Amino acid sequence: MTLNFALNGRKLSREIAPDETLLQLLRDCGMHSVRSGCDTSNCGICTVWVDGKPVLSCGYLAARVEGRAVTTLEGVKDEAEALMRCLAAEGADQCGYCSPGFLMCALAMFRELENPGDAEMRAYLAGNLCRCTGYASQMRALAKYAEGRRSK
Amino acid sequence: MISIQEYRFAESLDEALALLDAGKRNRVIGGGMWLRLGHAGVRTAIDLSRLGLDKIEDAEGEVSIGAMASLRDVETAPCLRELFGGVLSESVKPIVGVQFRNMATVGASVYSRYGFSDLLTALLALDAAVVLHRAGEMPLDEFLRNPPEKRDILTAVHIRKDGRRAAYRSFRRSKTDFGVLNVCMSVSTEGDWRLSVGARPGRATRCPEAEALLAAGDGAGAAKAAAENLTYGSSLRGSADYRRHLAEVLTLRCWDALREDGAEARDSEPTDAGRDEA
Amino acid sequence: MSGQNREDLKVVNQARAKTDALSIMGGAPVYTGDLVPDGALVVKLKRSPHAFARIVSIDKSRAELVPGVAGVFTWRDVPHHRHTFAGASYPGNNPFDRVILDEYVRYVGDPVAIVAAESEEAAEKALKLVKVEYEVLEPVLDFETAEQSASAVHPEDDYVYQTDIGGDLAHNVLMSERDEDGDFEAVYASCPVRLDETWYTPATQQAMMETFRTFSYYDHAGRLTLVSSTQITFHARRLVAMALGLPQSKVRVVKPRVGGGFGAKQSMVTEVYAAAVTYLTGKPAYIQFTRQESCACANTRHAFRIRVRLGATEDGIVRALWVDSLENAGAYGEHAANVIGLSGHKTLPLYGKAEAWRYTGKAVYTNTTPGGAYRGFGATQGCFAVESTVNKLAAQLGLDPCELRLRNLPEVGKPMPAYYDEPLTSCSLDRCIETGRRMTGWDEKYRSAPFARQVGPHRYRGLGMAVTMQGSGISNVDNCTARIRLDDGGFYTLSIGASDIGTGCDTILAQMAAEVLECDIDRIVVNGVDTSYSPYDKGSYASSTTYVTGNATVMAAKELLGKMRKVAAERMGVAEGDLEFDGDEFTCGERKLTLTELGVESVNGHADWLTAAASFAGHTSPPPFVAGFAEVEVDTETGEVEVVDLVGVVDCGTVVNRALAQVQAEGGFLQGYGMALTEDVQTLPGGKLATNSFMQYKIPSRLDAPPIRIAFEESWEPTGPFGAKSIGEVVINTPSPAIAAAIRNAVGAEIHALPATAEKVYGALRAQGADSHV
Repeated sequence: MTLNFALNGRKLSREIAPDETLLQLLRDCGMHSVRSGCDTSNCGICTVWVDGKPVLSCGYLAARVEGRAVTTLEGVKDEAEALMRCLAAEGADQCGYCSPGFLMCALAMFRELENPGDAEMRAYLAGNLCRCTGYASQMRALAKYAEGRRSK
Repeated sequence: MISIQEYRFAESLDEALALLDAGKRNRVIGGGMWLRLGHAGVRTAIDLSRLGLDKIEDAEGEVSIGAMASLRDVETAPCLRELFGGVLSESVKPIVGVQFRNMATVGASVYSRYGFSDLLTALLALDAAVVLHRAGEMPLDEFLRNPPEKRDILTAVHIRKDGRRAAYRSFRRSKTDFGVLNVCMSVSTEGDWRLSVGARPGRATRCPEAEALLAAGDGAGAAKAAAENLTYGSSLRGSADYRRHLAEVLTLRCWDALREDGAEARDSEPTDAGRDEA
Repeated sequence: MSGQNREDLKVVNQARAKTDALSIMGGAPVYTGDLVPDGALVVKLKRSPHAFARIVSIDKSRAELVPGVAGVFTWRDVPHHRHTFAGASYPGNNPFDRVILDEYVRYVGDPVAIVAAESEEAAEKALKLVKVEYEVLEPVLDFETAEQSASAVHPEDDYVYQTDIGGDLAHNVLMSERDEDGDFEAVYASCPVRLDETWYTPATQQAMMETFRTFSYYDHAGRLTLVSSTQITFHARRLVAMALGLPQSKVRVVKPRVGGGFGAKQSMVTEVYAAAVTYLTGKPAYIQFTRQESCACANTRHAFRIRVRLGATEDGIVRALWVDSLENAGAYGEHAANVIGLSGHKTLPLYGKAEAWRYTGKAVYTNTTPGGAYRGFGATQGCFAVESTVNKLAAQLGLDPCELRLRNLPEVGKPMPAYYDEPLTSCSLDRCIETGRRMTGWDEKYRSAPFARQVGPHRYRGLGMAVTMQGSGISNVDNCTARIRLDDGGFYTLSIGASDIGTGCDTILAQMAAEVLECDIDRIVVNGVDTSYSPYDKGSYASSTTYVTGNATVMAAKELLGKMRKVAAERMGVAEGDLEFDGDEFTCGERKLTLTELGVESVNGHADWLTAAASFAGHTSPPPFVAGFAEVEVDTETGEVEVVDLVGVVDCGTVVNRALAQVQAEGGFLQGYGMALTEDVQTLPGGKLATNSFMQYKIPSRLDAPPIRIAFEESWEPTGPFGAKSIGEVVINTPSPAIAAAIRNAVGAEIHALPATAEKVYGALRAQGADSHV
């Protein structure tokens, strides 16, 4: 079937299988930031935005994005950079494999919530698992990033 | 992974139902959360996302939650945070994560009658009804016990606004896991008590014996009744015996939360604050 | 050179962002799955539904007819050379008990056939069409009775022991060993206080976020080349060559960025299957495990039963200690013979006053998912058992468990008999204990009796602690090499064979080189691992990279600096001893030579190309130490345990990178927390792993994560690079015994088998008749 959608602001028309996942489609489109982690919609690694909302691309049928706007980390690199630098300074990336999904959910959170505190951030990001860091460094980085946003 | 031969956006509910009736292997797609876990071969996948079924409407006598509203919509809808002690909003919060709840739909959660469902446990303790496109409206309780034989399309869940206060307690082995046991209790302004127990691990069910005792003001008796009168099973997350015990504990905790003399409630100590909200 | 004094350090001992941080976070195509060549065959494995069976026949004819299928291979089609998946120095203790595909399948999920196809759909379709007839055998599922089983998991006659490790295959015994000093029976009998306790630790999952994956192809020189998510690049080359019967010169392995490992990738997992397909078809091939395969069909922590006998004086001096370990190797023997020893050798030395100690160990085969390496590698299992026993001793004696530890610590400068007689050259564990005590408010809060700290209706708090040690590499076995050169652009290239799997070793090794070369890390390019170009390194495991590869790096950098000085002095026409070097230029009075000029010089025929290489093999493995503390709140109505404070105080010698060490420790502590509370391994009656996904196997989310507070009490390890020891593994060990002790301290419930689920704690409360508090 033919799928028409916008990827990071660019209109695309592609042939897809009806049971193709958004994850497969995006990787085929060269979006290397989109990675699989668990296959059961539990880990958050494959997070992308559909119409601005974070979703799990491993469980999202590609067919469903017909006419919608899909955003991956490649499409919000500039917006992500400050947060990435905060994470790097804390050493909060470690293996880095879960980072793009985490960044996509965190950026969505900062767009959605005015001034989230630690508990609110933990709740919003609970679906992003990380096995390396123990999360504390990520939370420190988020707090510093949020502080930087406030002082702007 | 489920395989799909054809993907169709239904343009109307009638069309969707006709497509569903056109073949046994045709399926309505909800949030698609378990697509990768299944192995079924689907002929036609029917997508309802263009039918405007994603609204949550707070009307005069009832709230209507569209079948394609996401669990995240339920969590964040201002009216659902207010009504019924906010239990609907609370019940879905622990489910995996924001991304998951952005996808999972109310319709799929209810229509699939999942045993583990937090939302069903909460809805069942309220005066909720399901709206089916073919069979019409029916009480949720009845839908869970005797679903229509013919496959149908759930379009909305209606909840009567009868001034209910409600409390929801779920016991989880880890914060974003399925519940080991879920309990929801409510009372209307007329003093109509309801108690539902879910993740037993079987699907949520009410406990009339316990409800009668609640109405009589016997919370402890109701908690025992919930443990004794319902069936509990064993699964990876807990044994039948432990679930039975939890049913008593959580029922009592709901009771304490709903008692008017809240000052004496057992769970009101400062050390507990925030735990159930997490 | 600077750096014999921590105060002088400019780059080491500081926080530095990882050199690859922005690329790995930003989604650059740098992991195995991003680099797969177009047209690579998709490789999938047909797996056994039985825990133990002999393959009678396989009909692959219909599968081969599926359009797009390039090959279906069974045990009759692939090379048959016994080998091991274990990445460990050679020759070693790991028996050769595997072939690529075997006539026998030994656990649910053991591969039966390899399918290679042009698309995933074709491969999946073909998998279903491979028809297998099995002779189902009685499986060995319970490791405690494996020895008495009528079935032998490894009946094959070409099984190879590299060395005699005390095995008895007819009774499923993979290995057995014993080590001791002193007359245990006599000393134990003479002790006024004696404990005899048995503990269980489960087969937890490493659960790194990137599942196992490998692709393979023939390179320009006709070498079978593997790009793999691995910790053991060089071992993998040797083992793949062995499995296929190829000379090592015909195999090449490349490690790109790796999405975590925690020991899981210290064994080969996917490598041989991709390699076999390329070897048999000549085509590039890619295999990527699903999460379910990663959980059930790779490797896990070995499950242990550990019996601890401890004799002590009434004031808590441990005089006799015996660790008796039974280990479930699972279906194959990866690392089993090495893991088990650490359950004794990295627990016993902490009780340095013991007059007699003994360690006995036995590993048995069963028809369950193979065990393997997981951070902590036996020390974790032993730590839970020994520290839990010691905590029980403290409770029995009414002694403060911190105080009891302080009375028993080994002394710096003295040999540690239970630690291969190596001398203890650095240890600040006493300071770690004192600091943790302060951080937790221990002295104010700790009550020796349970139910002493009620904080709400049916809620009680308790405190617990534990101490642990690990090693820094494997003495007299590990060899790590670093090579460094000055490039003509005035920068350095550091080549290593150690595998950065997210740990940040590329960064911390660059920090060490930079410290020597008086520059910062942006002037050092670190090359990851390609067996064609990298110097030999046994790989990243055994807490070795900082210490072993670090020492090699420092040696190489010093040698390079020496050569640079010599060439600079010649070029400048001055005496070497008169030269000053500030990292940018050599000066002597008015004369100057910049680094860039020197770099140009080194390639212009005036001098030798400026390069240096050094190998390091440690003769000791200096232990890092941790004192870990937990405060819990237990709900006696449900048994739920909430950890309200988790504190770790670490002696890793000099902290090389303050940011990365902190995160290593926090991450290790949370993994330890998961092992203690949420990660509950469950198996179905037929032997299938039930907890084979992140839906069923719950690693902690950030909502579960307790507050984790880490502090460092640095010692100075005289044999380490800039005084450093390891940190990667030691940080996982203490949470489980500390949390278990805190639960007992809170409500008296004693947990002998991890994890301490709410149901188990509630059951223990009921059993002890604590109903009055329930």
